[in-house]
Amino acid sequence: SLSLLAESDDNNFILQGTQVKDVIIKPDAPNTLLLDKHADYIAAYGSKKDDYEYTLSEYLRMSGIYWGLTVMDLMGQLSRMNREEIIEFIKSCQHDCGGISASIGHDPHLLYTLSAVQILSLYDSINVIDVEKVVDYVKGLQQEDGSFAGDKWGEIDTRFSFCAVATLALLGKLDEINMDKAVEFVLSCMNFDGGFGCRPDSESHAGQIYCCTGFLSITGQLHKVNADLLGWWLCERQLPSGGLNGRPEKLPDVCYSWWVLASLKIIGRIHWIDKAKLRSFILACQDEETGGFADRPGDMVDPFHTLFGVAGLSLLGDEQIKPVNPVFCMPEDVLQRVGLQPDLLS
Amino acid sequence: MSSVEEISNPVAENLEEDGVEEENTVEEAEMEYEEPVKGGYIFYRDRKEWADLEPVPQDDGPNPVVKIAYSEKCKYVFDMFRALLKNDEKSERAFALTAEAIELNAANYTVWHYRRVLLQALDKDLREEMKYITAIIEDQPKNYQVWHHRRMVVEWLNDPSEELQFVAEILSQDAKNYHAWQHRQWVMQEYKLWDGELEYVEELLEEDVRNNSAWNQRHFVISHTSGYSDSAILEREVQYTLKQIKKAPHNESAWNYLNGILQDGGLSSYPGLLEQVTELQDTCSSPYLTAFLVDLYEDITKIYKKNRHHSKPVIKLCKLLAEEKDTIRREYWNYVSRSLQNTYGSGDPVASSSDPPPPSSSQQPDTEPSDP
Repeated sequence: SLSLLAESDDNNFILQGTQVKDVIIKPDAPNTLLLDKHADYIAAYGSKKDDYEYTLSEYLRMSGIYWGLTVMDLMGQLSRMNREEIIEFIKSCQHDCGGISASIGHDPHLLYTLSAVQILSLYDSINVIDVEKVVDYVKGLQQEDGSFAGDKWGEIDTRFSFCAVATLALLGKLDEINMDKAVEFVLSCMNFDGGFGCRPDSESHAGQIYCCTGFLSITGQLHKVNADLLGWWLCERQLPSGGLNGRPEKLPDVCYSWWVLASLKIIGRIHWIDKAKLRSFILACQDEETGGFADRPGDMVDPFHTLFGVAGLSLLGDEQIKPVNPVFCMPEDVLQRVGLQPDLLS
Repeated sequence: MSSVEEISNPVAENLEEDGVEEENTVEEAEMEYEEPVKGGYIFYRDRKEWADLEPVPQDDGPNPVVKIAYSEKCKYVFDMFRALLKNDEKSERAFALTAEAIELNAANYTVWHYRRVLLQALDKDLREEMKYITAIIEDQPKNYQVWHHRRMVVEWLNDPSEELQFVAEILSQDAKNYHAWQHRQWVMQEYKLWDGELEYVEELLEEDVRNNSAWNQRHFVISHTSGYSDSAILEREVQYTLKQIKKAPHNESAWNYLNGILQDGGLSSYPGLLEQVTELQDTCSSPYLTAFLVDLYEDITKIYKKNRHHSKPVIKLCKLLAEEKDTIRREYWNYVSRSLQNTYGSGDPVASSSDPPPPSSSQQPDTEPSDP
């Protein structure tokens, strides 16, 4: 039983005599799923005047579009988005090197190349871009040690290993890179606690763990994961509020409902999370007035957290939402159409 | 887009002719850059040295997906930036503009790329750039681009001498800043700067014994220097960790660390560990201690003669956790309990679960550990 004795500073609560960093869900927090409001929120996103945040997020626009379209598709509302405009936009973002940028006038990057390919998969329009050149671009970013740079400037991160294989898998071109080396690098990022970081020896982090387990799923190497050890680390992310954090002693955030939950699903241990408590945390992150989800209850909403809130609920089995694929964070029916069935541990 | 192509020739002509003017331009541009927005911001459209450049409005595609509203300054800066990019202009004014753009949006990776291109093309003073990126990071320490930029400058200068001090300053504001820790690890490995790091980690753990990043760093330093295979080192680390646990028992990181460093040798091979951990149960109880005990018993029973007599207290501990001490993870504790029962038997058939059966252990003769 939870005995909340005292609230100290800054989200540190005393629980059974020990300090726990967490949030308290207020009794009047939303507890039903407001799908229509979320669909309206996304459909209208960016069309408001004076939207300073929309402007400032131009540097990630391709990912922003992917988040919006994916959550709309999961809610069965994809038709409300402007397919033709978006496809034209993507065509304008492919550079001569084959890579795709976040927006027009920005430089190409693996992150936005993946987002673009995901969007085109949703729309079954992969061939509007030069697929061969995308493959060349991705191949060209692989380093000698098997890792992938994000772009020509050379930042190395396991996120980019995931972006590379996910992109190529969606294009049916996984065989074009040095798979053994790519796997070797990702495995070299496995830590003493069973988790993964962005580079070898980097602290385990749920976002990186999602990328690495997703990578190992796509490349058929999930047997290399210590599923019990990692599963334990992942289910330790759940706090008394029901929400999930990204690493020890951090606050819960609804996007970790995706990174942690999808990872657990991939390694076959999603039932180690208290689903009911997580569901009530996610629902509490909704904004009843504006629609959308925030990182935690009461904060400002955005499309990023809206996608991961809805996707998390889908993984938890909500029948009002389409099944989501835990590796690609895309609707299962899209992946079936593409013919992709990445491994999951049972 | 076509409007930019039309003016690109006039722009090139102006630059060739105005060599002298260019110098003044730089000074003026810098002065204006320093003026506060509220007080005396002079829009580029009003600056004569920018008169040749036609701003390129943001283009989200032939039919913009959405309408955009800017504050005026933001709009002009980024429109100017796009114009420079289109013309591939490599000039001081372009360099000054990247600073303005960064101030408005330090996450815009294309602006950082362009700045790096200019740093090289204009052969800029990299020491000055270090000062610049230091200030930016201090202001916005949780941004991928700024840290990557700093790394590039350090590489170009081949000078890591300020790095550990700088990262320590950033960590003093947020001891878990993920980017800061990555940078620190890179500097240390690249330039072999291992001295004093263990002491630094201990300082951080004194301040916050639950700092997971610091525990990770501890593992990083030791793995890359002495390693853990020396039994004296391992002993030191085990005792250090147990000491921290006594100070703050509910400490996930410390327990993960203890488990992690003993994995290779096997938990049960460390002499006296069971006794030491069992002793802690009264004063330092936590789900992590119990989880550790469970792992320890599992390892013992695996290595030594398997016997359900020894799995019984562990199964009891799992039940305690599932039903009382750590109910949110009851499914995990039930899984562990079932695994133990399946492997070592309690005499009763166990209800099936969605979990896979655990690997069977090999039998070893001899020593039986005492019950707790």
